[in-house]
Amino acid sequence: MSLDVLVSHLYIFVLATFVGLLVIRRVSPLLHTPLMSLTNAISAIAVVGSIVVAGKEESTLSTVLGTAAVAASMINIVGGYLITYRMLVMFKKHKQVK
Amino acid sequence: MGIDHWIQLVYVLSAVCFILALHWLSSVPTARRGVITGVVGMVLAVGGTLLRPEVAHYQWIAVAFVIGTVIGIPMAMMPMTAVPQRTALSHAFGALAAALVGTAEYFLRAGHQGMDRFTMGALTLEVILGFLTFTASLMATGKLQEILPQRPITYRGQNVVNLGILGAAAAIAVVLVIHPGSHSLFLLMAALALTFGVLLIVPIGGADMPTVISLLNSYAGLSAAAMGFVLNNKLLIIAGSLDGSSGLILSIIMCKAMNRSFANVLFGAFGQVSGAVAETGEKKTYRSASAEEAAGILLNASSVVVVPGYGMAAAQAQHKVRELYDALSRNGVNVRFAIHPVAGRMPGHMNVLLAEANIPYDALVDLDEANSELPQADVALVIGANDVTNPAARHDTGSPIYGMPIIDTDKARTVMVIKRSMNPGFAGVDNELYYLDRTLMLFGDAKSFVGELVKEVQAQGGQHAA
Repeated sequence: MSLDVLVSHLYIFVLATFVGLLVIRRVSPLLHTPLMSLTNAISAIAVVGSIVVAGKEESTLSTVLGTAAVAASMINIVGGYLITYRMLVMFKKHKQVK
Repeated sequence: MGIDHWIQLVYVLSAVCFILALHWLSSVPTARRGVITGVVGMVLAVGGTLLRPEVAHYQWIAVAFVIGTVIGIPMAMMPMTAVPQRTALSHAFGALAAALVGTAEYFLRAGHQGMDRFTMGALTLEVILGFLTFTASLMATGKLQEILPQRPITYRGQNVVNLGILGAAAAIAVVLVIHPGSHSLFLLMAALALTFGVLLIVPIGGADMPTVISLLNSYAGLSAAAMGFVLNNKLLIIAGSLDGSSGLILSIIMCKAMNRSFANVLFGAFGQVSGAVAETGEKKTYRSASAEEAAGILLNASSVVVVPGYGMAAAQAQHKVRELYDALSRNGVNVRFAIHPVAGRMPGHMNVLLAEANIPYDALVDLDEANSELPQADVALVIGANDVTNPAARHDTGSPIYGMPIIDTDKARTVMVIKRSMNPGFAGVDNELYYLDRTLMLFGDAKSFVGELVKEVQAQGGQHAA
């Protein structure tokens, strides 16, 4: 990673953090639990790095660690999206309940 | 345009999906669309990655997909009362993935070209954050599941020891950036981070869990973002920082709702039974009432504000509370639920429990709305909440909870508190609400007492109608 690359990554990091702060500030407190389970599923994006490490099979150690990382990320992807959806189905308005 | 460029394009689309997913999550009518969009983003990210030329072998990835799915599905089917510990556990998995990838990258690349100082710096950050979040989240899971004691455990010099361990890990990181080749130093750094994670949670009490879970959420995201710096992957940086900022906002909201700072939450060991509680020995008097009397008052009210807290979740009383809501609504009583931001063990915990019990979300109001309604309310019914209703937070500068925004239950005409006994709550602070003239204590287990209230309301309500 050259200094140029580092700087461009920092730009992305800072801008994405601002987008995150602005978007998430608008989330209703009603939905803070689903918010946390959704962002948890999104942060399972670590799966991208895990797949590369597991799939290039450069050494036994890296393949074992990569495979474990893919499994851990997959738990969060499957579990995170599914439970968020389950929670949101429970939120009903007055008329729908009766 | 080669395959690499197409994959980058897919990654851009994936990043757009994640931002839209969070945007649509902001309100209930669009929230489900948000989740679907998030799934699309993840499918794009995984699909694009599988097509990368350096991914040459698929058998272990396939095995890991199966394992992850087999564990992930039951984790999504847990009951809503278990959501705080489930969330903490999933933070542990997310952080573990980042830490393991960092470790693998280190052993593959350290000492070779491609491991320059910037990359090594990002890698140490990824590994330290990943491992400490992993053990801290496991500890939080244990405390929330009540495998570990919920009371904070403190000892002399605790903060010095903890900060010393973190400082040592950071110092090793600096050495590694200059001399990346020392494998044993790397392992020592990982061990220190793992240890720090455990010790960080030891002094945390149950009432501080909402803040700590949010903070761990943020750390898990930041370690994924650091991984993006190491692997030169912009999608990882974007998704990781979205998660990082979400956790940060939630922790700030939680801290504000308790009028405390991060440092105070992490190092203050709130919730020990402190000596300050022992007040002047005078016996204060309170009034109690039976379910029958309480039901009569509720039926004569035109508006009731229910204040649920962790006690309601612990007693699994939410379904009985729904029955009470139905019975009172049928008798023309307007029932609303006032939700304090830190009620329960994670942000939004009460909302999810009440929604699960089929209480419409338009009956749930936040702190500000509740406080504007309470002066006109006939009854405030407190179920399993304590510190968030204590009027001492408004005026008693000596109280540990002074300055914390509270739900002004004492402004309602009558206050009813369902409670097991007169023991103080998590903060170890006596609640002066219980000794007001307008307050009636309803002693019993939340679930069974609300059940009795339902029966009484149904019986007496019938007479009213007749």
